[in-house]
Amino acid sequence: MTNSWTDIKNTDLAIVMGGNAAEAHPCGFKWVTEAKAKRGAKLIVVDPRFTRTASVADYYAPIRPGSDIAFLMGVINWCIANGKVQWEYVKNYTNASFLVKEGFGWSDGLFNGYDAEKRVYDTADWDYQLGEDGFALTDPTLSDPRCVWALLKDHVAIYTPDFVENTCGTPKDRFLKICEMIGECAAPDRVMTSMYALGWTQHSKGAQNIRGMAMLQLILGNIGLRGGGVNALRGHSNIQGLTDLGLMSNLIPGYLNIPVDKEVDFETYMSTRGNAPLRPNQTSYWQNYRKFIVSFLKAMWGDAATAENDWAYHYLPKLDVPSYDILRTFEMMAKGEVNLYFCQGFNPLLSFPNRAKLTEALSKLKLLVVMDPLQTETAHFWENHGVFNDVDPAAIQTEVLELPTTCFAEDEGALVNSGRWLQWHWAGATPPGQARRDCWIMANIFLRLRDLYRVEGGKFPDPILNLTWDYADPYEPSPEELAKEMNGRALAPLYDATDPTKLVLDAGKQLKNFSQLKDDGSTMCGCWIFSGCWTEEGNMMARRDNTDPDDTGAYLNWAFAWPLNRRILYNRASADIHGKAWDPTRKLIEWDGAKWAGYDVPDIGVTSKPEDVMPFIMTNEGVGKLFARKGLKDGPFPTHMEPFESPIDNPLNAAIRGNPVARVFPDDLAQMATSAEFPLVGTSYRLTEHFHYWTKHNKVNAALQPEFFVEISEELAAEKGIAKGGQVRIWSKRGQIWAKAVVTKRIKPMICAGKTVHVVGMPIHWGFMGAAQKGFGPNSLTPFVGDANIETPEFKAFLCNIEPVEKGPLA
Amino acid sequence: MTIDLSRRSFLKLAGAGVAATSLGAMGFGAAEAAEVAHVRAFKLATMTETRNTCTYCSVACGIILYAKGDLKAGETAELVHVEGDADHPTNRGTLCPKGAAIKDFALSATRAVKPRYRAPGGAAWQDISWDQAFDKIARAIKDDRDANLIETNDQGQVVNRWKTAGFLAASGTTNETAWTTYKVVRSLGMVAFDNQARV
Ligand code: SF4
Repeated sequence: MTNSWTDIKNTDLAIVMGGNAAEAHPCGFKWVTEAKAKRGAKLIVVDPRFTRTASVADYYAPIRPGSDIAFLMGVINWCIANGKVQWEYVKNYTNASFLVKEGFGWSDGLFNGYDAEKRVYDTADWDYQLGEDGFALTDPTLSDPRCVWALLKDHVAIYTPDFVENTCGTPKDRFLKICEMIGECAAPDRVMTSMYALGWTQHSKGAQNIRGMAMLQLILGNIGLRGGGVNALRGHSNIQGLTDLGLMSNLIPGYLNIPVDKEVDFETYMSTRGNAPLRPNQTSYWQNYRKFIVSFLKAMWGDAATAENDWAYHYLPKLDVPSYDILRTFEMMAKGEVNLYFCQGFNPLLSFPNRAKLTEALSKLKLLVVMDPLQTETAHFWENHGVFNDVDPAAIQTEVLELPTTCFAEDEGALVNSGRWLQWHWAGATPPGQARRDCWIMANIFLRLRDLYRVEGGKFPDPILNLTWDYADPYEPSPEELAKEMNGRALAPLYDATDPTKLVLDAGKQLKNFSQLKDDGSTMCGCWIFSGCWTEEGNMMARRDNTDPDDTGAYLNWAFAWPLNRRILYNRASADIHGKAWDPTRKLIEWDGAKWAGYDVPDIGVTSKPEDVMPFIMTNEGVGKLFARKGLKDGPFPTHMEPFESPIDNPLNAAIRGNPVARVFPDDLAQMATSAEFPLVGTSYRLTEHFHYWTKHNKVNAALQPEFFVEISEELAAEKGIAKGGQVRIWSKRGQIWAKAVVTKRIKPMICAGKTVHVVGMPIHWGFMGAAQKGFGPNSLTPFVGDANIETPEFKAFLCNIEPVEKGPLA
Repeated sequence: MTIDLSRRSFLKLAGAGVAATSLGAMGFGAAEAAEVAHVRAFKLATMTETRNTCTYCSVACGIILYAKGDLKAGETAELVHVEGDADHPTNRGTLCPKGAAIKDFALSATRAVKPRYRAPGGAAWQDISWDQAFDKIARAIKDDRDANLIETNDQGQVVNRWKTAGFLAASGTTNETAWTTYKVVRSLGMVAFDNQARV
């Protein structure tokens, strides 16, 4: 989230699209209710189903799964055509005026430079025209035909209300009403918030859905303001923290990158990370990259990381592909190329697509180690559970270890919420049986392994032997010790940059925040964005002062928010070019002639002059990007793409299937269906009574929603002869499942490209372990393909079929 | 650190206060009111309270754990009740159907409670000690890494990557667990490293 849960109360209009917050994030959604009650805010819901969020919305419109880009580009087109633009914001705070290279272009659904063979774009021309001084050329009048604004206007022109109706199945009058409601928020004193979740990410073009909304919010001038922003409603309790800490194939904590093969040494790695500003006076904060990475390497390898050995740069692995994400790993596993696999609190057998392939892959491992508080399906994948897990244990040679871990009540530490608050919690209960903390387990594995390398030697033992492990009890690093490492500390005395006689911080002291980081090895810091969380003043994450001056919703003394305890990102954009709040009633920070101050930690240098330094300090340009340059693989603007499995052809170009640059493995492509074989659109979602595959272990939640069902329209039920509550078989090209049918008015057929499109809705919560009835999930059916940029599986739009069954396998 | 004492004292006082008020209202004299001292205080007042966070979604509602026994004092603590933290700015004491039932997640019958091992082709679990499990894992890692770590690629570039093992980390764990995990996994050169960010 750019903003926070409590900030939603400040909005005038909430749009929930790509999520169902009332159901999946109930206590956060309460702040929408607060905004409606206290300030007359409105709520719009756009969703294939009339959801629980829709039921309290002021306005609802249906949309066909996987057509969100067309809808969003349609809204942008409407706003531009009708002058619903926050002009001062757009001109000053976005790259609307930047001139783009002549070579960039778009036609027939594709950008320039497409290579169908390799499924990639040549992105060389997706960039600005540069002047001789190295800065990007601009035309502040926005009249140059190569300026971003002119190109954007051109790009969205095809997304007319008719196009939207035809592609999305959204009735034109509903679409136009929503455009009008959104358009009102172009006024400087009207603010919209966007709340989305996996309904937008789980597509082969998920990142472009979100970009579409980010662009709209820039055009409306709604980013950086109270009650505004683009708000990802994250799922798991610490998924934000795990992402921040970079527990992904290609990441280093704090959104740094694992090097690639051709970055043969540290200086080569750094050569593309200078991040020189693209406009005069701009902050371009990533210019500090070297400080972050050197301090990280010092946190990892301490004294073994020196200037002479490139700070132990080669202790890090290098990547030969963009990432070894889960899809790629299971593809390799299915081919017998993976031997050991560890699942720590993760149940991939139910949470990744094409379950048959997952089972096949797990069966080819030598050893599977599962660490979990619960007995998961993944740990038990080799057990026969009848039709619910139809395997032959004797034929599966995988060794499995099931290791019991603590759960929330038995562990201490911080979780990062959706609004980036690091909240410390304390253990209050004894773990059951032999369950132990994950840290203890990881430490024990590590220490035994290090001993083996010490005794036996082995391949490249250096990064293991030299890993910093100076905990009081090496077998049980304490949460305090670990949190302090992430915050970082001085390794040598730090002196003031302007006055070298002035000691700022003595060696061994905790850093105040990341502004004290050095690139010469004199500081260490595990995760630069968390720096400030545990300082010499103590554990900032444990703070529990809930006062909130003037009720802004900031709660600056409650826990700690990254970065620097800032609650609203880009908050400098809440003020105009001279530093005055766009809307005095929504003041966040203002320029007092000498410095920035207000209700939040300024997201700008406190003495940065408002007319000189623009608000988007992390970008090289200092402004928000309507045109993403080379940032995304599938285009600088979002362009409509159909799901890989779609009921209609891509209306822009029938030859394009799915996202033309998404990675898809040959066996999986062969398993993609056409609408001739599978006419129905399947989609997946959560229920308020359940959390993923965890709460089916809880007898209370299992009683509330005991068994798997699917939702279909009355029309589809009539067409197929399906009775309310009757058993049905649903199948795709990859598998089949059985469920009870919920026949409902919540789902209605849509008309797209002249065809009637039926949607089958499938909640995700059942499996063969736990207290609920055994059941299935949509992942037995879904295609094995991910988003082109970050490989999020396309769970939200796929093809299937359904039929009633007389005597199904269900109770 | 558990919740500050004032809250607990308040509960204790409230328990006594209710008794005192009703006794007074029924016309008992001062002597009888002394009985108040023996009235059992509100049940939860004898519990250890601990501030925690709902383990499910990232609204991250504040919760208060009530346990019999004090973990910090080295005692066994048995979870008996969980409620929303009324002081928490986000949830202000409210919980959804998941958070409200969270105690039964911690106490669920299908918690994993001991290390178990399943042999190749086996049809059942066998018990295994932690030590045996760790030895087995360390051995497996060492052997596979020594056999399959790629130190240089075809062009002779240093890559130090280990592709034949993978690790999925948990987004229900703390930052501190995640950091420990990061350190160990990366030091091995493992590249098939991921978490639930996409699901
Ligand atoms: S109580 Fe519900 S809304 Fe609150 S964090 Fe838990 S799951 Fe989310």
